[in-house]
Amino acid sequence: METLEKKDEQLIEDQGALNAKMQRRSFLRFAGAGAAAVGVLAACKKHDDTVTNSTIDVGSGDIGVLNYAYALEQLEAAFYIKVVASPYSGMTAAELSAFTDIRDHEVLHREFLKAALGTSAIPALGVNFSSIDFTSKAAVLAAAKGFEDTGVSAYNGVAYVMTNPTYLTLAGKIVSVEARHAAFIRDMITANSFADSTVVDTTNALDKSRKPSEVLPIVAVYLTTSISASKLP
Amino acid sequence: MNIFSIIEELEKVDPELNERFSPRREAIKNLTGYGSKIAMAALPFALGSLFNKAYGQTTVGDVNGTLNFALKLEYLEAAFYNTAIATTGLIPAADLPAFQLIASHENAHVSFLKSVLGSAAVVQTTQGTNGTYDWTAGGTLPNYFATKDYATFLIVANAFEDTGVRAYKGQAPNIIGNQVVLTAALNIHSVEARHAAHIRGIRRASGTSPKAWITGANDTGFAGIAANYAGEDNTNQGGVDLTTLINPVTGAKFTTNAITEAFDEPLTYAQVLPLVTPFGVK
Repeated sequence: METLEKKDEQLIEDQGALNAKMQRRSFLRFAGAGAAAVGVLAACKKHDDTVTNSTIDVGSGDIGVLNYAYALEQLEAAFYIKVVASPYSGMTAAELSAFTDIRDHEVLHREFLKAALGTSAIPALGVNFSSIDFTSKAAVLAAAKGFEDTGVSAYNGVAYVMTNPTYLTLAGKIVSVEARHAAFIRDMITANSFADSTVVDTTNALDKSRKPSEVLPIVAVYLTTSISASKLP
Repeated sequence: MNIFSIIEELEKVDPELNERFSPRREAIKNLTGYGSKIAMAALPFALGSLFNKAYGQTTVGDVNGTLNFALKLEYLEAAFYNTAIATTGLIPAADLPAFQLIASHENAHVSFLKSVLGSAAVVQTTQGTNGTYDWTAGGTLPNYFATKDYATFLIVANAFEDTGVRAYKGQAPNIIGNQVVLTAALNIHSVEARHAAHIRGIRRASGTSPKAWITGANDTGFAGIAANYAGEDNTNQGGVDLTTLINPVTGAKFTTNAITEAFDEPLTYAQVLPLVTPFGVK
């Protein structure tokens, strides 16, 4: 942290716009919220004084988990907003209706987490979906399946870190809806693939869990903002 | 209101306050970092419910009790689908692979929970009448297996899966912080949600219209299982009234349907038990 703080201090001299973030960090430190998310600016000073490679860490403990969830929900929401705004060719009315439902669920998750986290929320993340062909049904469904299955495994893999039963239950309320989405999308791609052996193991019939260190590389492809979860296990 | 000073004051009169908030905290301290005490209080969530849970809950940490409850529900589901698959002419050929997969999952969940519980596992023959269930729930449902009534079977399957999701969700706080057990329970929880979504899809395709996600309270079209969906129409999450939020995409408030669909609700042990005892769960 010392190193990062030094970098922060260097940056703040150059970047007046960062004042708000620094003030927020000071507030959090004063409040003792050592575990809360802090926009960690790991940038190096460049010749042109622009900030590059800034990384946002989600923080630790319950707030870290919720910010991690907030990051994933931001990504999912942005994806489905685009799916609905520019439907793939041949999208039926029923499919558009379903994608509009899913979009609203993900936007709700995002807006809820943002409201609940308040000043502890990480900033809005930049997204880049240039690798997805939104005109292709197959491409959109494949991406959606990836987002949903990854989301389920991410919640499942990090929930045990939470110490507050209210927050744990909230995560549970969201993850089963993500699992419903995943099953729905999978059945759209291939009949009866809602819980096939690529996601549910055949011995114990358990869904996948992934650590943040496994999830973040998967989603990094779609983010222009670098995020880390260095304080989550 | 200063949350931090409230917590501090409470800690003066109750040194174990933080342990009440988080009974597993000591066990997982190394995993969660030093700041969890304050972090958990730093959000503007419903503090009232936090305090209620901290002082009102007595079964937190009863891992075997929680797992045996799950096992009893899995016994019920496994027997239900095993019976369905063995009932020739009930399930159309096109849907049979899905129910074979679901049955294999429920049987695997039974084996898994029994292996975790070891000698503490409840024995299946203690359930129902020597292990045989009453699929009519004490005569409140038609005998859909005898009459090969697929539509009614699907409604019961729909309700079993959604209720299973709710039951696992409701038990999660009792095994909070337990990396192995909680994670396994959540890995089962999301599988049940996948099942629920698929069965809802079968029902939607055959004329009735539940979405893959639960809209409002009891969207199954069958009033007899309304209690299984009690509270699913909740629009307030963690102290945030979702009906007041604006959807940035539309510029308008979210619809009540979307709000209730976006969050699945838990059921407590006390809420689940009366839903499954008519079938023979004890």
